[in-house]
Amino acid sequence: MSTLLTRRELIAGIGVLSLGVLASFDSVAGTFKYGWDLSGQARGRSFTLKDPQSNQKTLASYQGRVPMIFFGFTQCPAACPTALARAVKIKKLLGPDGDRLKVIFITLDPERDTPAVLDAYVKAFDPTFEALYGNLEETAATAEEFGVFYEKNPIGSTYTLSHTAMSYVYDAKGVLRLGFSQSRTEQECVEDLLTVMKAS
Amino acid sequence: MNFRSRKTVVIKPLAQAAILFSLLGMAWQASAQTRIDDAWVRATVPGQQSTGAFLKITSSTDSKLVSVQSPVARTVQMHHSTMQNEVMRMDPVDSVALPAGKTVVFDPDSYHVMLIGVYAQVKEGDKVPLTLTVEGANGKTETITVEASARALNSSDSGKMN
Repeated sequence: MSTLLTRRELIAGIGVLSLGVLASFDSVAGTFKYGWDLSGQARGRSFTLKDPQSNQKTLASYQGRVPMIFFGFTQCPAACPTALARAVKIKKLLGPDGDRLKVIFITLDPERDTPAVLDAYVKAFDPTFEALYGNLEETAATAEEFGVFYEKNPIGSTYTLSHTAMSYVYDAKGVLRLGFSQSRTEQECVEDLLTVMKAS
Repeated sequence: MNFRSRKTVVIKPLAQAAILFSLLGMAWQASAQTRIDDAWVRATVPGQQSTGAFLKITSSTDSKLVSVQSPVARTVQMHHSTMQNEVMRMDPVDSVALPAGKTVVFDPDSYHVMLIGVYAQVKEGDKVPLTLTVEGANGKTETITVEASARALNSSDSGKMN
């Protein structure tokens, strides 16, 4: 994709891409019962972000683990805490396999989500959850790479964010496998996650 | 927990107590009565500027919720979440319709109250006052103040206590 695309074109493009994902879900019987089969899609292969301790992280940093990545912002009242609370339940339901899962929260709001706030936020859910952040450009590039849509919605002197509320799952070799809709239950996610874990 | 409405009319304490007791007995017979159940606020971490409040609201007559106020935040708004093509969007709303007898649920999937610019960290167990203004079909307003309890940041939603 050319870097000369305007933001509007980019957003439109991302919209079409995600529609494509939704359409393919209906027509293709995939490997998974509940999540979208994203196997082999080239999302998230080249991001470089930082954890709250300022260590650089890429997908390769999680080799051997099964990363489940969600994009959001800490001031989100609904989708983000719901997705992270579900991840807590998923990890528990997985039992011993829960230790293989690595839950990663990438902020779409680096202007307000400082490393300290991010770290406290994800660890309030589970001490093993990890937050990642970048500057505005790195955040935009990472979201684009994942096909994650986000935009600021101004409210008076402040703003909220609209954003894609999907959780992306990679296998232990770093290959994208699954996309979980926000509406999937923890039990449904666990079933598909076990399929990924057994194969890797 | 039920909080019954109190009209914003200045009444002497004794009379007020009498009215309160008679209201409890009258249940749904009063002309405009609004009940708030399960009001809660999601706790925050230090430095986090906003959070959401959730509740169930039932009005005995057709009316609408026109505002929510709280001393804990600079700005309080009612928002509505919608999910389309896996994108979660939140929009401020001016009012929320309360059809007679129907419980309207404010939960993370639909309406919620946004507490924007909280003055201090909201800790689990804190009592957060919320003052709701409900306007009846006749244009009369009533205000109800409830104490929402702060639940852990990782609470799932208003319907399930974890």
